[in-house]
Amino acid sequence: MEFLSYLISGISLGSVYAIIALGYTMVYGIAKMLNFAHGDVIMIGGYISFCAMSYLNFPGWLALILAMVVCTALGVVIEGLAYRPLREATSLAVLITAIGVSYFLQNSALLIWGATPKVFSPIVEGTQNIGGLSVSNISLLTMAACIVIMVVLTLFTSKTKMGKAMRACSEDKGAAQLMGINVNRTISTTFAIGSALAAVAGVLMCSAYPTLMPTTGSMPGIKAFTAAVFGGIGSIPGAFLGGILLGIIEALAKAYLSTQLSNSIVFAVLIIVLLVRPAGLLGKYVPEKV
Amino acid sequence: MKRWISLLLAVCMLFTLVACGPKDDKQDQPDDSNNDQQQSESAGTYKFGGIGPLTGEAAIYGNAVKNGATIAVEEINALGGVQINLDFEDDVADGETSVNAYNTLVDWGMQCLVGTVTTGACIAVSAETYKDRVFTLTPSASSVDVIDGKDNMFQVCFTDPNQGTGSATYMAANMPEAKIAVIYRNDDAYSQGIRDTFVAKAAEEELNIVYEGTFTADTATDFSVQLNAAQAAEADLIFLPIYYQPASVILKQANDMGYKPTFFGVDGMDGILGMTGFDTTLAEGVMLLTPFSADAEDDLTKSFVEKYQAAYGEVPNQFAADAYDAVYILYNALEKAGCNPDMSAEEICEKLIEVMPTLTYTGLTGTDMTWASTGEVSKMPTAVVIKDGVYVTA
Amino acid sequence: MNKLNNMKKSTKVDFATYLGVIIAFIVITVLMNNGTLGRKQVGLLVPACCYVVMAVSLNLTVGILGELSLGHAGFMSVGAFSGVIAAMSLAEAIPFEPLRLAIAMVAGAVCAGIAGVIVGVPVLRLRGDYLAIVTLAFGEIIKDLINCLIVGHDSEGLHIIFNFKGLKTVDDLGLLPGGNVIIKGAQGATGTDTIASFTAGVVLILITLFVVLNLIHSRTGRAVMAIRDNRIAAESVGINITKYKLIAFVTSATLAGAAGALYGLNYSSLQATKFNFNTSILVLVFVVLGGLGNIWGSIVAAIVLYVLPEALRSVADLRMLVYAIVLILVMLATNSPKMKAVLSRVIPRKKGDEVNE
Repeated sequence: MEFLSYLISGISLGSVYAIIALGYTMVYGIAKMLNFAHGDVIMIGGYISFCAMSYLNFPGWLALILAMVVCTALGVVIEGLAYRPLREATSLAVLITAIGVSYFLQNSALLIWGATPKVFSPIVEGTQNIGGLSVSNISLLTMAACIVIMVVLTLFTSKTKMGKAMRACSEDKGAAQLMGINVNRTISTTFAIGSALAAVAGVLMCSAYPTLMPTTGSMPGIKAFTAAVFGGIGSIPGAFLGGILLGIIEALAKAYLSTQLSNSIVFAVLIIVLLVRPAGLLGKYVPEKV
Repeated sequence: MKRWISLLLAVCMLFTLVACGPKDDKQDQPDDSNNDQQQSESAGTYKFGGIGPLTGEAAIYGNAVKNGATIAVEEINALGGVQINLDFEDDVADGETSVNAYNTLVDWGMQCLVGTVTTGACIAVSAETYKDRVFTLTPSASSVDVIDGKDNMFQVCFTDPNQGTGSATYMAANMPEAKIAVIYRNDDAYSQGIRDTFVAKAAEEELNIVYEGTFTADTATDFSVQLNAAQAAEADLIFLPIYYQPASVILKQANDMGYKPTFFGVDGMDGILGMTGFDTTLAEGVMLLTPFSADAEDDLTKSFVEKYQAAYGEVPNQFAADAYDAVYILYNALEKAGCNPDMSAEEICEKLIEVMPTLTYTGLTGTDMTWASTGEVSKMPTAVVIKDGVYVTA
Repeated sequence: MNKLNNMKKSTKVDFATYLGVIIAFIVITVLMNNGTLGRKQVGLLVPACCYVVMAVSLNLTVGILGELSLGHAGFMSVGAFSGVIAAMSLAEAIPFEPLRLAIAMVAGAVCAGIAGVIVGVPVLRLRGDYLAIVTLAFGEIIKDLINCLIVGHDSEGLHIIFNFKGLKTVDDLGLLPGGNVIIKGAQGATGTDTIASFTAGVVLILITLFVVLNLIHSRTGRAVMAIRDNRIAAESVGINITKYKLIAFVTSATLAGAAGALYGLNYSSLQATKFNFNTSILVLVFVVLGGLGNIWGSIVAAIVLYVLPEALRSVADLRMLVYAIVLILVMLATNSPKMKAVLSRVIPRKKGDEVNE
């Protein structure tokens, strides 16, 4: 019984990681860059919907849509200003720029909203009692959203024209361009989708763990990055699986081993998994050709 | 030779950067007391330094201290007598940056230091102030290590042992049968310090601690596992020696789980009611030991809270109150010691060290506060309980 | 001058780098002694030296070996805490501070080197971003483990507790009277004697340069760079990939450990949380901005970027925001093809001007 309740905490936490990791893996898969500013876009999404709900009295769903619109715009602007000029540069240069963007977003949020933590009012209240275990509605919503997003993204990338263009860019940018694909537009679209997902993740995360500070996004961002790598970065089902497993491991480690070292245990499991499967759980291992 | 030239240029640039550092005018801190300053130039101006995290994860505490201290400085300057010029520097709650900030202040000509705000950084800076003989009064760095062996260091807040043993004694007297769970942050000096002394005292008092759970900055989002475990251990009292931000998440999650133990906090818990958007019914019945309550009815607190809200748009927390008191304590001590603004930091330091143990001060965070020569403050923490969204003396 | 011209280009650059460091040292020492430098500048010297060593050593991993490491601060942490333990426990045995500092730095280097081997053996089997995330993971694990460490010293020697469950305190060390606690778990090392000095920092930089530059130009260094440029080709000519990767990685960790020890002994209080992911990133920024594989570039970038946020104190609230913008702009200016084209048009013209004068 206790075990089940720990498991449920783990899955709830894991679904938050998973939803962030989906955005991460989407951007990585297509643009081949580690977008360290992703966590901060989540934080911005949280603040936007917080403001919409508490100052403009928007209902939860409308605040969510507003946050998605603002974050999408933000994502496209960041991509256009900071990442596009570096398309031909080394991946490390882009990584450092992403870190610069992350600092920029955090410090802007600090100036705009101040350092005092805000308490986010959840977009969905209440709990459900399933077989004697209480599960909060927000966790159920997060899990549902997670599964829906995973399915939609998988279908999008495999069935639609834009999705196919994205996969083509991911395989080989030069060849894709020769085939008449507008690489810049494709990557912008990817960022737009990734940032919209970040906004959703922000609102759901802040609803589940209701405080909001300028640094709220950074640690979940790193965890989600870990989750994405765990599942095989670039793989959409992999990000989902990685996120959920990470949450479960973290919760069980806290419950049975040590609350102190739960983070280390998560990372240790990650290291072991990567040593056995160097491309993550569901990642494609591409052998080098001579 | 191109590389030689560029290397040379780089070195030159470096030197200009380093050399230009202190010459930027730090005098440009006019506040809104310019007029008063001109009226009373004869009385002179003290230079007070302040250090705390204005950016980064601990920014709430640094900003609260800065704002609280600024209000006190403005009030004193408005009196017309001796003036105070406060320069508050950012340290991101990091020892290294804090020492850099301190050195910047020394170059500026600081005479007394109000700071630093966080414990770890304060220990690093206190070693420097001790060497340089700069009198330092920290509003909020509560570890014993801050004052240990340094005669120039004084605290406005309680020390950690004081809070830990205070809480344990209170529990032993009022709820000896309670099954206690402790949830604390183990990568934080403040939280760990209180927990250690609490557990030691609890063992002495034969209190029953059934569960201890920790978290770190990296795992501060979800507490459901710790709460589940505490519930499974049948704890009916949860001791939270942590700051109010994670505490608010714990209260929310416990409520969602339908778990309703008594929560017991320390001074870091103060501020929880002032959080924008916090549902105060969640904190119903929370007990805490705190020196300051923004809802107190005395005139001093009322006027402070009013000014703070007008200036910064939020309810001041305990950090702001400690900082406000710190400035006034320094002001009173300087007056009592017969110091004047023309004296050097060393002279002021020696005089204040003599005066501090004889000083009695009543302010926001305590009545008739006195100091031991070790630097520790003696004031009574009051146990309060939150009822209908306000503090009520327990 | 003839001799100078006959030298290989790389030798000249190395020579200039040593010379630059020594000249900078002499100039700063002179300025320090005649009081031109304020407290602020003097206070920045030792940490700046530490970051220079960190940047140069990380450049060995990232620039020369070509593997992205996001956990370099972990080695600094190991070095810092073992250095502090060494220095504090020898406080009575060796009262002469420079010697104690040197021993502490060696101890820090050795411990970090051991950690480097432990981390390196599994990590270096991976590649690319997977390697990056595992170094990040090790950095975080090191941080958490040090957070659980309680260490004290008395006449019987060192007492160490590993506080796995978080239930133990300093009292469990069972120190004899007169003993002192060196590391108190999460509260870190407090009350450390600050024995670090600028001279020691410069000596450490010179040693680091000597080690790294000689390694790069040696047979080992060429092997390491061959692995970076084409792993398969290198393997096919019989280069032992694991061995050379490990040599570069462990050297880098060792130097970071020495820098950590110097850093740890510069402050009387030090917490493990200082050496988190952000510190690793900070050092990585120095390396990338200075140029991958460019040693003097790392030195200059480390100093400039370390001093920048301090120099920006006058803009108060906007400090970190300005830092972020500068970082982005510099990356764009140095890496975007368009900006490069603009720069290359500007620079020859400048040269022409010089000739005219």
